[in-house]
Amino acid sequence: MTLLNNPAIALIGAVADAIVQNKEFLTSLDAAIGDADHGINLSRGAEAVRAKAAASPNADIGALLKATGMTLISTVGGASGPLYGTAFLRAAAPAQGKTALDGETVKLMLAAAIQGIKDRGKATRGEKTMLDALEPAFEAFVQGLEAQKPLVECLEEATEAARQGVEFTKTIIATKGRASYLGERSKGHQDPGATSSTIMLAAITDFCRKAP
Amino acid sequence: MKKVINQAEQVVEEMLQGVVLAHPQYVKRVEGFDVIVRANAPVAGKVALVSGGGSGHEPSHGGFVGRGMLDGAVAGAVFTSPTPDQVYEAVKAVDGGKGVLLVIKNYTGDVMNFDMAAEMAEADNIQVAKVVVNDDVAVENSTWTTGRRGIAGTVFVHKIAGAKAETGASLEEVKAVAEKVIANVRSMGMALSPCTVPAAGKPSFTLAEDEVEIGMGIHGEPGTHRESIRSADETAAHLLDKILADIDFTAGDEVAVLINGLGATPLMELYVVNRKVAEILGEKGIQIAKTYVGNYMTSLEMAGFSISLLKLDAELKELLLAPADTPAFVQF
Repeated sequence: MTLLNNPAIALIGAVADAIVQNKEFLTSLDAAIGDADHGINLSRGAEAVRAKAAASPNADIGALLKATGMTLISTVGGASGPLYGTAFLRAAAPAQGKTALDGETVKLMLAAAIQGIKDRGKATRGEKTMLDALEPAFEAFVQGLEAQKPLVECLEEATEAARQGVEFTKTIIATKGRASYLGERSKGHQDPGATSSTIMLAAITDFCRKAP
Repeated sequence: MKKVINQAEQVVEEMLQGVVLAHPQYVKRVEGFDVIVRANAPVAGKVALVSGGGSGHEPSHGGFVGRGMLDGAVAGAVFTSPTPDQVYEAVKAVDGGKGVLLVIKNYTGDVMNFDMAAEMAEADNIQVAKVVVNDDVAVENSTWTTGRRGIAGTVFVHKIAGAKAETGASLEEVKAVAEKVIANVRSMGMALSPCTVPAAGKPSFTLAEDEVEIGMGIHGEPGTHRESIRSADETAAHLLDKILADIDFTAGDEVAVLINGLGATPLMELYVVNRKVAEILGEKGIQIAKTYVGNYMTSLEMAGFSISLLKLDAELKELLLAPADTPAFVQF
């Protein structure tokens, strides 16, 4: 995959669009087990990120991701601001100075992003968080890469694994975040964070599938 | 949604402007940030207190900025933790050279954002300490949760740690007394009706006409269970039972009581609750040193209330009764 500057900005825009389109859906998921602001908060961040990216036409991918992370941290608030913000900041490091990405770099970026979320949220898989979507997605991505599948196919498999991860969050009790206060009552509901992670991943996959 | 607002996105900004216009003798705005600080900030030679959280809990937190309580308050979006850059600006604006105590309520987002702000301030060589309030007994405090929520009992932390800071105490001493309050304060609430976050436009949960939510948090997040509405006395007794069972309150103990309204419950009803709380405590031989009744930490227009009980010792009592002069808490 070749991502020159403008396509990278367009990709960030596509991810932002997906979040904004799912604003009410994410908020309704959060209302069931949290405090009903996940979609509202992420959309506020997504709008700010889109504006920031559009204003940085000459930035490399690393610089764009760093600006994205900082913008998320300073506009989203709640738990998702620091978590997604840290994820994008960490993903920026392997992409520093790059104007195109290969599978190996994307793998390093995903790994760094997931580690950032773990560090910031002090969470692990199985606690009904975004990690329940992102970790299986990462594993699927690496498997695809090792099988030497094309990048788009690796991303498609990662997204599918993330979707299954979201399904899995319906079966477990939350032990992190506001949903944890519900205990057993959190069962049966899919995790809003795992869902927003999957929406972002799906948007990236979709963009790359259509990219020339 | 029927609300006295202009645009949902402008609610916090316009509220902050209104707060400063109403109380210029107490507070000023940190320009460009959602931060309210004392009119005379920074106060030299005094440990400063910064608290904050999502908006929608008024008068928390800006209403408690003033002598004897907070030095700065950070307003997040409605029910959403403020971002680290905002908290960091508050810390910078109030630091009088003796350090800053961050009073955080135990919500994942608040803890993370305030942690990041503390890291930023420390990189600037500002001394920062943190305490996390977790007074809500509705929530199981187990290894399986992120701990208990922080709710209205936080007001006691502001009051007492604020009074301690006014005495010229060190950052360690102010933090220690804040932690003592946290160890001795317990709260629990109930809701009769949900609230509507302006940006969401519809209620965050729904209750049947005769249904109430027991143990919900201050953001409209669901509580421990729902039940049919009972009398004020039965409800007060139920909440108080959970509080009394959680910490050793025994005959001869002295306590402070806070009957906190969530936004849409009239004082009439809060006083009805207080009457029953006083009666039960009296039967148990628990002395009430001071009672506060009113809207201290609200949830927009949610109907309902919470009860907070703080077990006092000589130090906590003296600091609780010390003077305070803020827009929402005046005591001589």
